[in-house]
Amino acid sequence: MLFTIQVNNKKIKAEKGETILSALNRNGIIIPTLCRMKEFTPTGACRMCVVEVEGRDRLVTACSQPVEEWMKIKTHSPRVITARKTIVELLLSNHPDDCLYCDRNLNCELQRLSEELNIRERRIRGRKIKPRLDQSSPAIIRELSKCILCGRCVRVCEEVITATSLDFINKGRETHVGAAMDRDFNFSSCVHCGQCVLVCPTGALHEKHNISEVQEYLNKPEIVKVIQYSSMVVYGIAEELGMRYTREFDKILNTILRKIGFDKVYKTGLGTDVCISEIAGQLSERIENKSDNPLYISACPAWVKYAEQFIPSLIPQLSTVKSPQQITGVLIKTLVADQLGVKPEEIFSVSATPCMAMKFEARRDGMMRKGISDVDSVLTVRELARLIRLYGIDTSNIEHEPADEPMSGRSSAAILAEVSGGMAEGVIRSYHYQKMKKEPDIQIFKKLRSGGTFREMSVMIGETEVKVAVVDSLTGLEKLKVSIAADKKYDLIEVMTCPGGCVHGAGLSFNNSKDEIKTRSKLVYQADDTEAINLPCKSPSLINLYEKLLKDNADIADKKIFFTHFEKRNVLL
Amino acid sequence: MGTDLDIILRKYKQGKREDLIPLLQEIQDDLGYLSEEAIVKTGRFLGLSTTKIYGLATFYDRFRFFPSGKIQIRICHGTSCFLNGSQTIINKIKEETGVMPGQTTRDGNFSYEIVSCMGGCCNGPVINVNGQYHTHIKAEQLPELIKRLKYVIEND
Repeated sequence: MLFTIQVNNKKIKAEKGETILSALNRNGIIIPTLCRMKEFTPTGACRMCVVEVEGRDRLVTACSQPVEEWMKIKTHSPRVITARKTIVELLLSNHPDDCLYCDRNLNCELQRLSEELNIRERRIRGRKIKPRLDQSSPAIIRELSKCILCGRCVRVCEEVITATSLDFINKGRETHVGAAMDRDFNFSSCVHCGQCVLVCPTGALHEKHNISEVQEYLNKPEIVKVIQYSSMVVYGIAEELGMRYTREFDKILNTILRKIGFDKVYKTGLGTDVCISEIAGQLSERIENKSDNPLYISACPAWVKYAEQFIPSLIPQLSTVKSPQQITGVLIKTLVADQLGVKPEEIFSVSATPCMAMKFEARRDGMMRKGISDVDSVLTVRELARLIRLYGIDTSNIEHEPADEPMSGRSSAAILAEVSGGMAEGVIRSYHYQKMKKEPDIQIFKKLRSGGTFREMSVMIGETEVKVAVVDSLTGLEKLKVSIAADKKYDLIEVMTCPGGCVHGAGLSFNNSKDEIKTRSKLVYQADDTEAINLPCKSPSLINLYEKLLKDNADIADKKIFFTHFEKRNVLL
Repeated sequence: MGTDLDIILRKYKQGKREDLIPLLQEIQDDLGYLSEEAIVKTGRFLGLSTTKIYGLATFYDRFRFFPSGKIQIRICHGTSCFLNGSQTIINKIKEETGVMPGQTTRDGNFSYEIVSCMGGCCNGPVINVNGQYHTHIKAEQLPELIKRLKYVIEND
């Protein structure tokens, strides 16, 4: 039901049941917000969105107050502006003010608000928050002095990721956000997905930087510098550098990376193809053995850690295939090292990903061979963009170059794995092709591609019915549990930690509105539609790898390098 | 101690989150503090994460996370006691025991904490030693009091 409200002496239409904020936003009136997150219930904690409502003594929070028919609202009256300004001034009163050295410099919501509200002097002085830097986690750094206690990380960790590894500790002046028993982060149940970093408005949470490490190695002439990047990185870099994304952009990225000083540039896509084929192999084995237990895809490192600590009973059902990044990494340290005639320890292997948990995964037990880790350093898309800017590469007029063999090609199933449900789709396609010698109709995957945190489908392949479930963000696990409790059997289950899959990865740009994520998924589906090779087993790179390279190399011909193991973890849950 | 904890937990219903605070209170009454083990076990029992329980428990001043001293002193720092000079009492106790509020001396004898109001506003400053109230306390009286308490512990 629509009715009229008056805003700043103008009449606008509002819908019954919506909040003042949503009515205003729909009519093009912008109000600053801080603690608000779009898909969450409002808390009204920061009071940034206050407006004046005629007849009310106090200012009301637009994010949580429902509109009513009689309302006469002033959004930018002197009283409102003073209130908002004071809030930011108070937040700044105990802030460390080291913007110039901050990770979020020029990209900080607090900085932006202070600029928008025209704060030009320090009116309120407070005692600074005691600095506390927690660098214990392999992926996420906490700088508590920069925290403004908006609570977004706490909510995302509890409501979206369900790991609940952050909460407010203490009260009053002493309040801070921390892990269980106020210990350092590496002891906590954090799965390193980094969604908290994406929602943090300041630099209080950010990724662990590996740039200086990479830089150091780039300057060593005796070391072979190698980088791999996944399909989402291509789009992410275009986005971060403010360039127009085209389908040829990966070729531009290759050139950029070589200009920075990487000797070899590979695509993680081949690793994804290997991962999909190997999982399809495991699936076929399970179905032949008529196993009751489902096969869980273990390509998402955050999900793997989640399973290891919260549901250790699932560990035997996790696919032992390494993740695409690790497969590509181990191929670089074995195959490529052989081809180049260098020892594996003389290669510095960097991986660029849209994921933060990959930083943790690269350091996992079982992700190394003969004491040499598969991947030496992991950069998020944001870090890679920073590195590109640091090296002053002119990106406007740049030639196109292909990636290096033997890891230059991928199938479109590899790019599809970047969206939630894509990996499962790729595996089913491969399995279907393996059994029926033809590709399945894409229409059958419609159910896997729709929204919702839990999706399922079943498909007849030959005589057997294969049932697939997709858990999109860990909140979907609850529905999976209910389904399994109701005696539903699945053959293949894919779990992605970040809502939407890797397109919502924490290493991508901070601009991650719903529309932006939709655009990213659309690009992925488009690529899958238009590209010619849409099965891993049809990709020339994969055929070359399996038919020739692996067979020629007795050391790795048993494919053992593609597999790893998982173990129960003891952390404070 | 593990068994004590189990006995307490058995009195409650599994998974009932609203029981959290009474449960923690009972554990603290029994153990004297909330150990990490107790928090983890309670979390598993009620289906809550350790982080959440720790976050909630730190909100309340009365929950403690280390064993308290044999002599536990609580000093009122409410408005009335503050005006009557509770800060000098706090400073004196800090000086005498050598630990900060909320901490326990290394020999395990003393711990003290600052509380907001004990409801004895006309008698301030008020302190509470192991449940016994002392009113109109002056800083000069403290060394004598602490000496006496020490004597009691050592000869107990």
